[in-house]
Amino acid sequence: MNVSRDQIIDFIYDEARMLDEGRYDDWLALWLPDGHYWMPLDYQQTDPIYETSLMYEDMFMLKLRVERLNGARTFSQKPKSRCHHVIQRPFVDEMNGDSFVTKTFMHYVETRLDEQQLLALTARHDLALVDGALRIANKRVDILNCDAAFRNIQLLP
Amino acid sequence: MTRYTDNPDAVAALIEPHQVHRDVYTSQEVYRLEMKHLFANAWVFVGHESQTANKGDYFATQVGDQPVIQVRHSTGDIHVLYNRCPHKGTKIVIDRQGNTGKFFRCPYHAWSFKTDGCLLAIPLKKGYQDTRLSETENAKGMKAVGAVHNHRGFIFARLAAEGISFEDFFGDSLSSIDNMVDRSPAGRLEVVGPPLRYMHHCNWKMLVENQTDTCHPMVAHESSAGTAVKLFEELGLPEGAPKPPAMEIIAPFMSPYEFFENMGIRTWPNGHGHTGVHHSIHSDYTAIPGYFEAMVESYGEDRAKAILDENRHNTVYFPNIMVKGPIQQLRNFIPLAADKTIVESYIYRLVDAPDELTARTAMYNRMINAPTSIVGHDDLEMYERAQEGMMADGLEWVNIQRLQTEDEDFTVEAVENGTTERQMRNQFDAWRKFMLMSMEASA
Ligand SMILES: [Fe+2]
Repeated sequence: MNVSRDQIIDFIYDEARMLDEGRYDDWLALWLPDGHYWMPLDYQQTDPIYETSLMYEDMFMLKLRVERLNGARTFSQKPKSRCHHVIQRPFVDEMNGDSFVTKTFMHYVETRLDEQQLLALTARHDLALVDGALRIANKRVDILNCDAAFRNIQLLP
Repeated sequence: MTRYTDNPDAVAALIEPHQVHRDVYTSQEVYRLEMKHLFANAWVFVGHESQTANKGDYFATQVGDQPVIQVRHSTGDIHVLYNRCPHKGTKIVIDRQGNTGKFFRCPYHAWSFKTDGCLLAIPLKKGYQDTRLSETENAKGMKAVGAVHNHRGFIFARLAAEGISFEDFFGDSLSSIDNMVDRSPAGRLEVVGPPLRYMHHCNWKMLVENQTDTCHPMVAHESSAGTAVKLFEELGLPEGAPKPPAMEIIAPFMSPYEFFENMGIRTWPNGHGHTGVHHSIHSDYTAIPGYFEAMVESYGEDRAKAILDENRHNTVYFPNIMVKGPIQQLRNFIPLAADKTIVESYIYRLVDAPDELTARTAMYNRMINAPTSIVGHDDLEMYERAQEGMMADGLEWVNIQRLQTEDEDFTVEAVENGTTERQMRNQFDAWRKFMLMSMEASA
């Protein structure tokens, strides 16, 4: 089965919408089991393992993160945060057989109570076609001002 | 209106043996006095020597609210200078780190200074020929802090020119830094990357107190640690199968009260202290192949075992850092205002130890101390709720009475039940001492 450039782009849009609508079970189902969500701390960081990152999470951590959001004693989510992605049309940078790389520029807004923060992001997706469906093999999210001091970033940019 | 300035009695009255007045957290006037007195009289952390490894390397930071530069001078010594041109006040360096070569040059009027701060040159100097510039303090160059001390790579400064010596201030508490450095087979640490930077809208002392608050993890962190344990059980892995890394790092936060009671707390004079005298949440990490062998090679078996058997949890160096020896981490709680604190969390590499130790340290840092951390989120929530809640006028005092005993003497080292709030009382005892040291009543 072949995947078109448009199908890949639609996939990226759909993922952002799942996050904005809080459909986390659908979102987790997009991932391959050995995938990692990486958010570097340093500008143009190359090493996720031996240096500090903001996030470098396997599926166990991502499930924990999602599960925690709905917990009865998740105090920092009383009340809950909301988020909103505004994305540019993704660039499909690589199409090699069953694997694809996209780069997407976006603005991410997260809000809770009286506070709202805006982050400018670049997301790189490594996608794979498995059993006829696109899946996320890895995702890297670079925050434009990654060296700034942040307050809580509680949802998933 | 000022209530505390030039009024040492009023400042002293904020601290009682079993409680502290909320103004120590909420009053901007008290914050200003802390910067002027406490942060000038105490020895405050600046940076690690590996952040300025080569001559001319500098690193810009803050001691309290004071902008300073840590710089490696041409002699190889590390100096700490105020980041201010003596001419018009311009900050000499704006970037957080770099190399300035043999001298600093102010970007405004090109006054230049040697890396020990001494004035080197002023352009068009004849313009000062018939003035008395040379008699001013400004003509001497960039001002240095009162005193600097390098303890095994960690640079501390005392802003006040006169005062308590480094050794008298820290005493035996230096054993925690020593243990962290000794964990390197080479006896040396190197900083790894930039720190996490996390902004909190609360008073800096809440963060410091929380470092030895052993009655909060199982409550405030139930949503992360408790959920981790639950998810792990649902996986139904066979006995002895490798655990997800999150379990090793996060799950111990869910340990019962008894675990924290038995871990013990030690306090030292001048506000220093640590949790984890007998064991800690870091005790049961899996061994990393090759590490113990490298330690034995360097230290011999007995000494290597003694170094690694020490599993201190959090060591507070009063006033505002915390060190985790077993995972080579340092957190700097920099006070920006009465209700604003930036936390910088650094990690270090153990020179000549396997890289996998650095991987665990980096993992701990991002899982627990990042602005994206599911553990950090609930801590910040607690601090900021307290900062807002304290504005309630119904009660003006904050209680620090847990396991308090009659006539506590903070001038002697003590080891007690791990859930005592003695270390918080110890910090406030030191707070009063270093606040009042240089304070005079107005006539
Ligand atoms: Fe905590």
